Amino acid sequence: MSETSTKDFSVIGKSVPKIDARDKVTGRAKYAGDLKVPGMLIGKILRSPHAHARILNINTSKAMELPGVAAVITARDVPSTFYGISPARYDETILAIEKVLQVGDKVAAVAAVDEETAVKALALIDVEYEVLPAVLDPLRAMDEGQPQVHPQYERNISVEIHQDFGDVEKAFRESYVVRTDCFQGNRATHVPMEPHAAISKWENGKLTIWSSSQSPHYFQYHISRVFGLKMGDVRVIKAFVGGGFGGKLEPSAAEYVSAALAMKTGRPVKIVFDRKEVFFHNRGRHAQHIELTTGVTKEGKILGVHAKFIIDGGSYTSLGIASAYYAGAMLPLIYDFDHFKFDGLRVHTNLPSCAAQRGHGAPQPRFAFESQLDMIAKELGMDPIEIRKVNARQPNTTTLNDLKVNSCEFTACLDKATEISDWAGKKGKLPPGQGIGIGCGGFITGAGYPIYRTRLPHASAVIKISEQGDTATLYIGAVDIGQGSDTILAQMAAEAVGINYEDVRIVSADTETTPHDFGAYASRQTLMSGHAVKQAGDEIRRQIIELAADLLEANAADVDIDRRVVFVKGSPEKTLTFENVANEFFIRKGPLVGKGSYAPPKLGGKFKGAAVGTSPAYSFAAQISQVEVDEETGQVMVTKVWDVHDCGTVINPSLLHGQVEGALFMGMGEAMYEQVVFDDKGKPLNANLGEYRVPTALDVPEVISELVDSYEPAGPWGVKEVGEGATLPTMGSYANAIYDAIGVRLYDLPLTPEKVWRAIQDRKKLL
Amino acid sequence: MVTAIKKGNLHVVRLVVNGEEHAALVKSNTTLLDLLREEFDYTGTKKGCELGDCGACTVLMDGKTVNSCLVLAVEANGHTVTTIEGLERNGELDRLQEEFINQAAVQCGYCSPGMILSAKALLVRNPHPSEREVREAIGGNLCRCTGYVRIVKAILAAAEANS
Ligand code: FES
Ligand code: FES
Repeated sequence: MSETSTKDFSVIGKSVPKIDARDKVTGRAKYAGDLKVPGMLIGKILRSPHAHARILNINTSKAMELPGVAAVITARDVPSTFYGISPARYDETILAIEKVLQVGDKVAAVAAVDEETAVKALALIDVEYEVLPAVLDPLRAMDEGQPQVHPQYERNISVEIHQDFGDVEKAFRESYVVRTDCFQGNRATHVPMEPHAAISKWENGKLTIWSSSQSPHYFQYHISRVFGLKMGDVRVIKAFVGGGFGGKLEPSAAEYVSAALAMKTGRPVKIVFDRKEVFFHNRGRHAQHIELTTGVTKEGKILGVHAKFIIDGGSYTSLGIASAYYAGAMLPLIYDFDHFKFDGLRVHTNLPSCAAQRGHGAPQPRFAFESQLDMIAKELGMDPIEIRKVNARQPNTTTLNDLKVNSCEFTACLDKATEISDWAGKKGKLPPGQGIGIGCGGFITGAGYPIYRTRLPHASAVIKISEQGDTATLYIGAVDIGQGSDTILAQMAAEAVGINYEDVRIVSADTETTPHDFGAYASRQTLMSGHAVKQAGDEIRRQIIELAADLLEANAADVDIDRRVVFVKGSPEKTLTFENVANEFFIRKGPLVGKGSYAPPKLGGKFKGAAVGTSPAYSFAAQISQVEVDEETGQVMVTKVWDVHDCGTVINPSLLHGQVEGALFMGMGEAMYEQVVFDDKGKPLNANLGEYRVPTALDVPEVISELVDSYEPAGPWGVKEVGEGATLPTMGSYANAIYDAIGVRLYDLPLTPEKVWRAIQDRKKLL
Repeated sequence: MVTAIKKGNLHVVRLVVNGEEHAALVKSNTTLLDLLREEFDYTGTKKGCELGDCGACTVLMDGKTVNSCLVLAVEANGHTVTTIEGLERNGELDRLQEEFINQAAVQCGYCSPGMILSAKALLVRNPHPSEREVREAIGGNLCRCTGYVRIVKAILAAAEANS
């Protein structure tokens, strides 16, 4: 589909400019750290230098005496309520109570007139620690005799998962080839360009927080719980958000500590993390140790899969329980097989906490699976595309773990990727040192269940038409973190009402002025918030049509609206302008408002953990990469990538391809160089953007992003997700392309030149 | 460089920002970034790392790009600085700004001000850059959202409009 495709729609399907682009290119857009509230103080957090230590004493008196300091707080001054975001695993506190569990853990905090004073005051706080032995190796964390990170999690086990579908042993016995391989993932992290930031204001018993948040709702829920306030007395307002990628889904110390300091001082307090603190807070990708066994028939049909994971959760639970379940739950999605065993262990270490990052727990297992599938294809003498086509999921099927798939054009993605990359002309035919490889993926379009138990709908929307009928304002709790939800939801509102995109204003994500929505995670908003918007727009359209029918003396069934013209079908002379009808509506009946809400149907099976992976719809993708490897240095150059996506109806083609491109680059960073590394005391060695390398404009594969025609019945106008699914195929496709180029197989992420070079040397030794 | 006048612990700095004369009393260790953001409220200049790694704080000093987090306010004394707020003239956007909008080169927008200013400096010294030259010019500006694809397109489109 080209970028100008319109299908039958008036507003959706078009690459309209982003609703907030002008504010962003002129510098007018205010992010939380840009805001200034009168009387505001600056907050800073004292962080632990040790990975694991008991706090014996904290002396704040010298810091208190420093002129300009308004407050110094420790755990004694704040609620000791445990918080988190995985229900039943709340294990973090605003400030460390007895022990610190990682380098960078939160020990005390200061509010002062300016940043310099606050930083000076931190240096005057005296903390006496008893340093404890730390657990740094996830593979040994569960051994007897290892230090305990949390007293309540025996042997440091955060969650243990055993799921068993069918009879995998029997499947292996009946298989022609059974392979077991071990893979190791890396500790990557989100790196939003905007560090976490919040301003808290405490006035008349009400807490207002401006924040860089992916979910004002979850922030409001957790912050009110921790401080013992009514939800209605906590207002969370999303400022412009400079990227999230999963790292801003739960409140961080920026919110909790600034709120505590605001309550203590009675003045607004701003906390902006420095880059190091973003690494300490983390919540990035879990490094997964994966043992994968797969059995296939002679024809390449997958019979059974056994996946075992040990994943490094770091210090706190955060959203890590879900991450651990996602690791296995997404494996049966894109290929169809009947027998599956999934054993997972998430363990605690004294390292920064891991949680959800774009693609959640799924990208590393997908890397393992796509790599192994290629190895199996080689053993069978099959083409890698062929083995994928033999197993590709088909529409209207249910996976073995009870995920119901409606639309699925995975096979079409494979065909198109094969064609546009000239796979047949290249596979096995490229000059030495060059190779081509495929990787695939698929992802949920919103989680079937919210993160905590509640009967609230997942999304809701209100559209209000102005009194003159010239503009419409969409009030919605969906969160634009850069992906463009404000824009596509405004397009949807215009389409549903029958007006133009330019007529729509949007007020998004303020828990007081906009209706409830769970926010930006799990690729949920286009479908879920989109449903709410469509319903709200339809309600307005209905009201306009009813009144217009009256005014035009026509049958309501014959009246329609398109781009502000209200007309009687078949009688071209009988028209009214939208503003006339809307204005008349206001005069006769008062505000013209439409509202909508959405909750997914009940989804999923009955087994433990069945909720994870459920979704109203799934995206699918195939990605082919071409690489050039320098055998002398191990340097890998990705020269071209072809990505073909099945993401349902497209609302804004430019923004959609922008998601694919961005996700692909993020996947590339994870595949090639990203990894947080620590010294033997658990101190991060590269907690900065110079040494934690993310892709720059000079890392230049050419990207061809294409789509296949697809319509998702569960989505409004047939939509489904794209933002996260596109991170999944990349790592596997690179690893497979490198194998094709030089005949060495890499099992450990990231695929650095050193690893490539060593693998080449090992191969030479064997020859 | 014009030496800033010292007043006790503070220095008087005078500089032209976006065509307007500005003066402020600053500490020796105040960065140009903080001066712009905190004193003059040019918050379009972003803070991403404070180490010169990300380019979010890029501004033009006498037409050349600098990471304003690495420039001391006193070093900017007597110089001319352009921030993102200075590109729009009488309500009219710079061609680069327009192309960033047209080509959907903006996602979260946090990198956009620095990115646009790096591109501006490039197009002033080299009105018809190659794609490689564009990529080199923004090589120090990190973007985590876009994969740079549309940013490069936007800059090339703005250059095209130069001819
Ligand atoms: S803030 Fe100056 S380069 Fe990052
Ligand atoms: S658009 Fe988000 S960092 Fe560039």
